[in-house]
Amino acid sequence: MSFPWAEHYTPKHPLMQWVDEKLPLPRLVYNAIGAGYPVPRNLNYFWNFGVLAGVALVIQIVTGVIMAMHYGANDLVAFSTVEQTMRDVNAGWLMRYAHANGASFFFIVVYLHIFRGLYFGSYKAPREMVWLLGLVIFLLMMATAFMGYVLPWGQMSYWGAKVITGLFGAIPVVGEPIQTWLLGGFAPGNASLNRFFSLHFLLPFVIAGVIILHIWALHIPGSSNPTGVEVQGPQDTVPFHPYYTAKDGFGVGVFLILFTAVLFFAPNYLGHPDNYIEANPLSTPAHIVPEWYFWPFYAILRAFTVDFFFVPAKLLGVLAMFASILLLFFLPWLDTSPVRSGHYRPMFRKFFWILIIDVLVLGYCGGAPAEEPYVMISQLFAGYYFAHFLIILPLIARFEKPLPLPGSITESVLAKYAKADGETAAVPAE
Amino acid sequence: MVRIGAFLVGLFFAGWLFVSFLVGAYSYVTEPPAKTVEHEFHLAPKHVSFSFDGPFGKYDQRQLQRGFQVFKEVCSACHSLKFVAFRDLEALGYNEAEVKAIAKQWAIKTPSVDPATGEPATRDPVPADHFPKPFANNVAAAAANNNAIPPDLSLMTKARHHGTAYVYSLLTGFQEQPAELLKKFPDSKTPEGLHYNPYFANLNLAMAPPLSADGQVTYSDGTNPTVDQMAQDVSAFLTWTAEPKLENRRAAGLATIIFLLIATGLAYMSYKNIWADKKKAA
Repeated sequence: MSFPWAEHYTPKHPLMQWVDEKLPLPRLVYNAIGAGYPVPRNLNYFWNFGVLAGVALVIQIVTGVIMAMHYGANDLVAFSTVEQTMRDVNAGWLMRYAHANGASFFFIVVYLHIFRGLYFGSYKAPREMVWLLGLVIFLLMMATAFMGYVLPWGQMSYWGAKVITGLFGAIPVVGEPIQTWLLGGFAPGNASLNRFFSLHFLLPFVIAGVIILHIWALHIPGSSNPTGVEVQGPQDTVPFHPYYTAKDGFGVGVFLILFTAVLFFAPNYLGHPDNYIEANPLSTPAHIVPEWYFWPFYAILRAFTVDFFFVPAKLLGVLAMFASILLLFFLPWLDTSPVRSGHYRPMFRKFFWILIIDVLVLGYCGGAPAEEPYVMISQLFAGYYFAHFLIILPLIARFEKPLPLPGSITESVLAKYAKADGETAAVPAE
Repeated sequence: MVRIGAFLVGLFFAGWLFVSFLVGAYSYVTEPPAKTVEHEFHLAPKHVSFSFDGPFGKYDQRQLQRGFQVFKEVCSACHSLKFVAFRDLEALGYNEAEVKAIAKQWAIKTPSVDPATGEPATRDPVPADHFPKPFANNVAAAAANNNAIPPDLSLMTKARHHGTAYVYSLLTGFQEQPAELLKKFPDSKTPEGLHYNPYFANLNLAMAPPLSADGQVTYSDGTNPTVDQMAQDVSAFLTWTAEPKLENRRAAGLATIIFLLIATGLAYMSYKNIWADKKKAA
């Protein structure tokens, strides 16, 4: 698809030839994730996370569809049908714990996937569309995860739904009607639960659709790589299969070991105990916190404590929280440095690691109670988050002197192995 | 244009957050937040060890049976156990006939309908029934318990941080209110009808100490029924009610991880093998 030297699909068996004439689906797969897709030969393990995210989605869909067979989307029975699934359905506990922890692991691999994109500049031309579609997937995931967390109808489900839909209530004039419309009532109830279940079932398939677009857009320019230098010839690439299918096979194994270790030995570690208490509209939990993967954004939401003239602090927090994600859509045009990879960008790299620490601290504060000193820390670190993307990054691109880039992917690979072999000879230029 | 707009938006958010920080810091310095009585006197659960601790621990069936006895003779007077059925007790080592007898002799009866008149009635529970609730509804429960509703205990050990240790600490943690507390917080005297317990979130709970004296139950296996022993046993039992599949889960987990380690090892070798010719200098 992308490079002229890509291998071509030539079915040998007459049946496959017959199928290929009528419906070239095997050809599509061959060109997408088979030997027909040439990939840079120097990808590191960070390039495993796209496939891992796909595996995580499949785990969620399979366990979710089975869970839906035993779930009652009604506020009177939702909590107890989930408990029945855990106790009386064959391997029901396995499905439930796999689904609940699977959501966390989905976010872990997607965050690492985004980390890879940020560090290695994968969002830059000509891959802007890949980045934009990835962000759409991320937003859909957040919506899906939020609605899924409401379904067990525990205390955090209920109060989380109340807080998050309450965000829309902060919009002036139309806010409260919108909140009521979203919930199907004045507070979370049976109507909310039913629509959340319906959408929670639908959105994963929408995600699967956008993933197809994401991969399609990726295959136009082909995969990026750790040097950020574009592919120049056949010597720079290897066919996806068997080279990267083998590497991804190993990656999937490591992922599953970590996932099952948590799933089987600490299945409630990532959850909140309050969600084992049935939803009670008359009793507010001491600290309402979302799932861990929303904590950085929750910290930004709560960091705004002072009204800006006639704009209430709550509305500012809501705007900032949405802005913190939406600004990523502008990233390809904010970071104008022609050099992609952080390896060759000394100034960028320092600020990048500050950003990572910043987001981790925000995450910690988002999970902590809304008390001092956490609010003050959130304010400083949320300020840096915005400054990083909107002010610092464009300035770095202007003033940074990047390190010299390798002449080609192959040159950098050979230099690496020459070093590893302890050879002092100069690298052949090819 | 994009970058100028971004610069202004960034300046606004970062700037206003800094202003908010200064406002917050100023009030933090001028009026430091007052410590609450819960901050100073609430205690984290005690350390207590059980046979099911650690990744490969298992329930001790005899302890679960003792804990069930404590639940039956003490807790079940006020607390429901609605997600557990009598048939589940077979996991504690009772046989079918014993479970049937336990159900039949249960003090609280299962609500039913009189087949002749259609009037509400009760009948003896059968193994398929869940444990009947001690109160007909929340109003009755609150009326009988100083206006507090005794919570269902099925999931209690998963519904609190360090739940097993929490239940144990709560049951053994009733005490006189410390004099120091009353000196520092004179308004925080435990109200009439409540009981001081530093392991409870707001320090005063409606439940009176349920395990008040050694020998409150008589264990048939000869274990000495001290308050501490009874509290441990019932905490173990409530861990089982919250997580009845714990042993299956750990066994399945061990098998899964051994399988995955082998499979991943093989995957790693085939990865190295396939890449062998590409990972060489020239």
